[in-house]
Amino acid sequence: MRYVLRRAGFFLLTLWAAVTLNFFLPRLMPGNPAVAMMAKFHGKINGQALTALETLFGVNTKESLPAQYVDYLHDLVTGNWGTSLTFFPSPVSEVIRTGIFWTLGLVGVTTILAFILGTWVGAIAAWRRGSLIDSIAPPLLVITSAIPYFWVGMMFILIFGLKLQWLPWSGGSSITDTPALTLSYIGDVLQHAILPSLALLITTIGGWTLTMRNNMVTTLAEDYVRMARAKGLKSSRIMIDYAARNAVLPNLTGFAMSLGFVVGGAILIEYVFNYPGVGYMLLQAVQNEDYPLMQALFLLITIAVLVAILLADIATAIFDPRTRSAR
Amino acid sequence: MNSVLRTLKSNPITRSGKATAGAIILLVFIILALFPGLFARKSPTAEIYTRNLPASAQHLFGTTGLGQDVFAQAVYGTRDVLEIALGAGLASTLIAALIGVTAAYLGGWIENVLNLFTDIVLVIPLFPLLIVISAYMHNSSNGVMIAVLTFTGWSYTARQLRSQALSLKNRDFLAAAKVRGERAWYVIVVEILPTMSSLLVAAFLTNGLYDVLFASSLQFIGLGDPNSTAWGTMLYWAENNEALQAGYYLQAIVPGAAIALLGAAFALLNYAFDEIGNPALRRVPVTRRRVSFRIASRRLSRA
Repeated sequence: MRYVLRRAGFFLLTLWAAVTLNFFLPRLMPGNPAVAMMAKFHGKINGQALTALETLFGVNTKESLPAQYVDYLHDLVTGNWGTSLTFFPSPVSEVIRTGIFWTLGLVGVTTILAFILGTWVGAIAAWRRGSLIDSIAPPLLVITSAIPYFWVGMMFILIFGLKLQWLPWSGGSSITDTPALTLSYIGDVLQHAILPSLALLITTIGGWTLTMRNNMVTTLAEDYVRMARAKGLKSSRIMIDYAARNAVLPNLTGFAMSLGFVVGGAILIEYVFNYPGVGYMLLQAVQNEDYPLMQALFLLITIAVLVAILLADIATAIFDPRTRSAR
Repeated sequence: MNSVLRTLKSNPITRSGKATAGAIILLVFIILALFPGLFARKSPTAEIYTRNLPASAQHLFGTTGLGQDVFAQAVYGTRDVLEIALGAGLASTLIAALIGVTAAYLGGWIENVLNLFTDIVLVIPLFPLLIVISAYMHNSSNGVMIAVLTFTGWSYTARQLRSQALSLKNRDFLAAAKVRGERAWYVIVVEILPTMSSLLVAAFLTNGLYDVLFASSLQFIGLGDPNSTAWGTMLYWAENNEALQAGYYLQAIVPGAAIALLGAAFALLNYAFDEIGNPALRRVPVTRRRVSFRIASRRLSRA
């Protein structure tokens, strides 16, 4: 219990740090960059919405810095995150809601797939030390994980989208399709997801494979594995229940963290494929100097990561008794 | 000559094929970055050629949408990329070493504060933060990019080095230094850090790889210096020019392949360093384990 409380305290502290960073960044930059942005809002909105934006970025206010900070925190807590310039006049919170589903679908599913596949390949590579898969897979995956993933996406667009014309490569679904729960629409969405998902899979799978292989090599040298061998257990059982099961433990925390990074992790894949998710939105906000949307997205991504870490911590406390007894 | 060959053979870096490949690629890029004029005669920035030319003897990789030579850009761009990779990689490893080792060595409340700080920086999502900072900065030059990458990228290494330093804490040579009355900074810099040199090199390689990828990504979305010929910036202009859709493939393929190659060099070196540091991970021939089993059982039966 004490462990979980400690982690919850850390969660709040980090959240506060991220919020504070968001508050100070535009104010610290040479010549508050939000001033130029505010000029674009002039004449478009007035009254309360304008004041709210001025509080967010510290433009035109006569308040002292601490007073601005208190106002800023108050606005965040009450869900008043400003108005988006790009999707004017929608409030930021509404804009984000439309993007998050696309991101969760594409990047979430791909992350889970990459973890399962990568762990599996890593376990087999360690189990068959020196075999073909062990001598080819790890170095190959080291190299694929060093390739910028957005460039892999661009090459996929070039080969499978433009040259072979096998698959669509722009957007989340066809423009002509109306969103509905019909088979044709779902099929269309899936088709649009294949290329970005594959590009992401190829560049992320290597990390899981390598860490799993290295963990597994260490576990295979443990006495309990030798004991299992001596008992004459089936080798598939030794590999899965004895070695892999223990080797995957350190990776579970990493997996939970990467689930948190889903929201912000594939920003450039969404950009390259014009995929209507949160990451694409963040870049649109950056390009249009839409700072309210940008700040809100950054906070959202941070919160997603923090929640995932907190959940992973709680899960570890439940599954691994050692964390509970320590401290 | 023979002795040189012998040392090459016994040197773990040259013995591993992966490390050799990585080192050679990196060396080629370093030479390109130091003497770009030797390899590319044309100017990388002059907009004087016919636009969007395909590859030819005149223009090895064709020309850009602004009429610049792609080959010259790629060669001259090496310097930008290496500057950022080496600069930010070194700086963040150094900061990480100082913070991590100081925390471990001093202990007490200083350790708690430094650990908390490290953990907070560690979990704030890196790439979105980089995007937000660069968006406020507007077109970061190489120097600004190195600063931003360093400021955000040290935390993971700091944690790693801290746990390594913790394991050294009760060794005799540190006790000896303490008895001699050395100051804390002297012990940290002269006594502890040199013992971690292989770990520091591995950390530097990882950081360098990530710095290449992050810097190129930021440049690709237009947050770098648009007038430089860094590879990420080349990709930015290719995307702006709709190079893929229009069929000017080389504009997009060349810089991306260059990033991938440099990234692979860092990754291969790092992989080899893992194997050097942890002999258990090295390649073993399939048969060896069985043979040793057999030998062991034969010994047992004889006994």
